[in-house]
Amino acid sequence: MAADAVEHGGGAAFDPMHQFQVKRLVSFDVFGLDASFTNAAAFMVLAVVVISVFTIASMSGRAIVPGRMQSMAELSYEFVASMIRDTVGNAGQKYFPFIFSLFMFVLVSNMLGMLPYSFTVTSHIAVTVALALVVFIGVTVIGFVKHGVGFLKFFVPSGIPKALVPLLVVIEVISYLTRPLSLSVRLFANMMAGHTMLKVFASFVIGLGILGGWAPLAFMVAFTGLEILVAFLQAYVFAILTCIYLNDALHMH
Amino acid sequence: MPQLDFSVWPPQLIWLTISFVALYIIMARVALPRIAEVIEHRRDRIANDLDRAQELKDKSEKARQDYETALGKARSQAHNIAQDTRDRMASLTERQRAMSEAALANKIGEAEASIARTKAQVLARLDEISVETASELVETLIGKGAKPAQIKKAVKEAIAAQGGE
Repeated sequence: MAADAVEHGGGAAFDPMHQFQVKRLVSFDVFGLDASFTNAAAFMVLAVVVISVFTIASMSGRAIVPGRMQSMAELSYEFVASMIRDTVGNAGQKYFPFIFSLFMFVLVSNMLGMLPYSFTVTSHIAVTVALALVVFIGVTVIGFVKHGVGFLKFFVPSGIPKALVPLLVVIEVISYLTRPLSLSVRLFANMMAGHTMLKVFASFVIGLGILGGWAPLAFMVAFTGLEILVAFLQAYVFAILTCIYLNDALHMH
Repeated sequence: MPQLDFSVWPPQLIWLTISFVALYIIMARVALPRIAEVIEHRRDRIANDLDRAQELKDKSEKARQDYETALGKARSQAHNIAQDTRDRMASLTERQRAMSEAALANKIGEAEASIARTKAQVLARLDEISVETASELVETLIGKGAKPAQIKKAVKEAIAAQGGE
């Protein structure tokens, strides 16, 4: 098996996709469902632990003048809070814990994925689709609860000729339904492409040896910096799009 | 592509649900209220401090104004006292001057009166002295005395002539 060959230090059978392999660490079933604790699950739990420690332990001092870690925790809080305030307004404060959790989960998962030998939770479409669907379904439910059947008017743009209404409604509905798809694929594709790219260039470093390996190594260093930026940016994009969708549901534009 | 291996979707979704729900509960129940509390506390503290600073500033401003009013009052009082004293001294000097002037005028009057009296006495005795002097002059000049009546008459005429000048 190629994957095993790489795992055991075999350089020849190189597979850049091996890093995305989900391995069952503890296998078990719950009511016939495969609920095995995998490496992906381990990194999800690790992300939760990291976020919890980051936001709780750093605030344990409750200092008036914050230290380094407390400043960062407060900064992330203010960052998400102002993001919601700017896009949704005061009505969005109710959803602050959810958006904060979402942002931090994606951000920390992306960042943990930057560590060598780690697993990137968000590079799996299963995860991003699930998160995007939670956002999509949640936002749609909020829209209907808030405006009742009137929420359907969201799909009828105002100020257009009557003849165009059916066409535009179809377009609006399709664009609305593609939201979870674009949301999930954007994150998943970015993460997967970046990590694959890093792996490919890492193999070039080995392949070109001590003489020619420096060029791809330099590129990798720069690209790692870019990847860290992308990791943050994608978490931000995921969160801000959630805010925008929420705003659409609450205020109908 | 391992992502499309659907056999690993159920464990991923189950563990995603478990971990995300746990994260949400931890964030909503513990972490975020705590951060909010700290930030709120700091905001209150800063607002309080600013209020107190403003209050103290107002107080010091008021104290400064009070001081300035008091200073102004004291200054005008001092000015009044100085003016009063000056006026009082001036009137006192004036009075003393008037008094000494009056005394002097008195003395001058007395002196003038005494001079006049002496002059009158002298003038009253002028005839007598003139006659005596004339008779002695005549006796010395011609060797014998003239008649006192003649001399008296001559002196009277001479005085009349002089007085007539």
